[in-house]
Amino acid sequence: MNKRHATTAEAVAGISDGATVMIGGFGGSGAPIELIHALIDAGPKNLTVVNNNAGNGHVGLAAMIEHGMVAKLICSFPKSKDPKAFTERYLDGRIELELVPQGTLAERIRAGGAGIPAFYTPTAYGTELGEKKPTAEFDGKPYVQERWLKADFALIKAELGDPYGNLTYRLAARNFNPLMATAAAVTIAQVSHLVEAGGIDPEAVVTPGIFVNRLVEVSDPQQEEILNQAEARYP
Amino acid sequence: MSIQGQLNQEQIAWRAAQDIEDGAYVNLGIGFPEKVAAYTIEGREPIFHTENGVLGFGRAPEKGKEDWDLINAGKKAITLKPGAAFFDHATSFAMIRGGHLDVAILGALQVASNGDLANWRVGDKGVPAVGGAMDLVNGAKRVAVLTDHVTKDGKPKLVEACTFPLTGVGCVTRVYTSLAVIDVDVAGARFVLLEKVPDISMDDLQSLTGAKLHVEGSVADLTVPEL
Repeated sequence: MNKRHATTAEAVAGISDGATVMIGGFGGSGAPIELIHALIDAGPKNLTVVNNNAGNGHVGLAAMIEHGMVAKLICSFPKSKDPKAFTERYLDGRIELELVPQGTLAERIRAGGAGIPAFYTPTAYGTELGEKKPTAEFDGKPYVQERWLKADFALIKAELGDPYGNLTYRLAARNFNPLMATAAAVTIAQVSHLVEAGGIDPEAVVTPGIFVNRLVEVSDPQQEEILNQAEARYP
Repeated sequence: MSIQGQLNQEQIAWRAAQDIEDGAYVNLGIGFPEKVAAYTIEGREPIFHTENGVLGFGRAPEKGKEDWDLINAGKKAITLKPGAAFFDHATSFAMIRGGHLDVAILGALQVASNGDLANWRVGDKGVPAVGGAMDLVNGAKRVAVLTDHVTKDGKPKLVEACTFPLTGVGCVTRVYTSLAVIDVDVAGARFVLLEKVPDISMDDLQSLTGAKLHVEGSVADLTVPEL
């Protein structure tokens, strides 16, 4: 078994027009910037992207949007310090938005990975984000039915990875990454350190390798926040 | 709009901090509510939760010492206290929706006397963004709001029915404003006045409030330090 790929370009190969792509991270924390940039180089169009946010500045997801690759975004908070890339296209009607409460977004992804097609949550009941969805009462309280979310590909960022795809995460960069790893047909992880089998304590594994299809080592990964401070653009 | 004796944001945050118990698990909304953390009472140790997967974070790091993998829900750099924990987003919202979080403190555009909250968008213009607010108001054991008593142009923010899009129904139980501390009797759809700043009369306070203020027993003076 070898899930390792030599380059980010090789790791993102095969993501074609119209695909649904989950991208891990919360803002810049845990965002797989190098995988996203490799996907921009590959240039598929008409993608549906699932992310908590809608990009910041002119790198990462914001750059994907600027390059016209994203037809639809499923997210909870499409605002940031510099949300211009998304905002302009949204207000012009060039990009579709499905706004989802953050906890519902997380649970829909979790459900997608766990084979649970729908679930009920109190979140959004009685609000415009709960409209037109089935509701039901349980023990006297009203709940909204939400559906699972799955993807063709997930691009995620991890700290340690071994050849089997076992992963750990760094600090709060965990966020959506372990959930998305479970919910995609093909999960692609960039890892900051690729270690040998046995190099991760089995008790410390957060994402077991069964959820990970491709791995690429990206040492010293770039941080969106630092790139934005330098007013970077990609490409 | 300037009203005699009204509290500033720091003072509203200070007042809210007085009600946070030792050992409480607390989520503070982005912006104004974050100020509550600065007024933790000596001898009490609340544990702060942030949606993106941290329990037990502390103050912001010194400038230049930020680690951008370590941020809060507002995307600001944070530091950890001893005993902190990381977890994924599904676990984070299990803490919220599962009723494990003791207190959520949020900002508001409007709060209604039946406990409805509007705090995520003004109308149908612009880009909507909700984040974790709708989960927090439906999950935390206690949902409190910090707000100026009126809008910048003097309109009541405490109302009989919210006109802005709702964040949640019947969810807010206490409101800390620049003029008063008010409980929300959700079942009775009533605001119950607990404290008011000493400089304002009952009549003036009522005129700045969009729904009737009920009084049960006495109304205490809302007094806070200079901040």
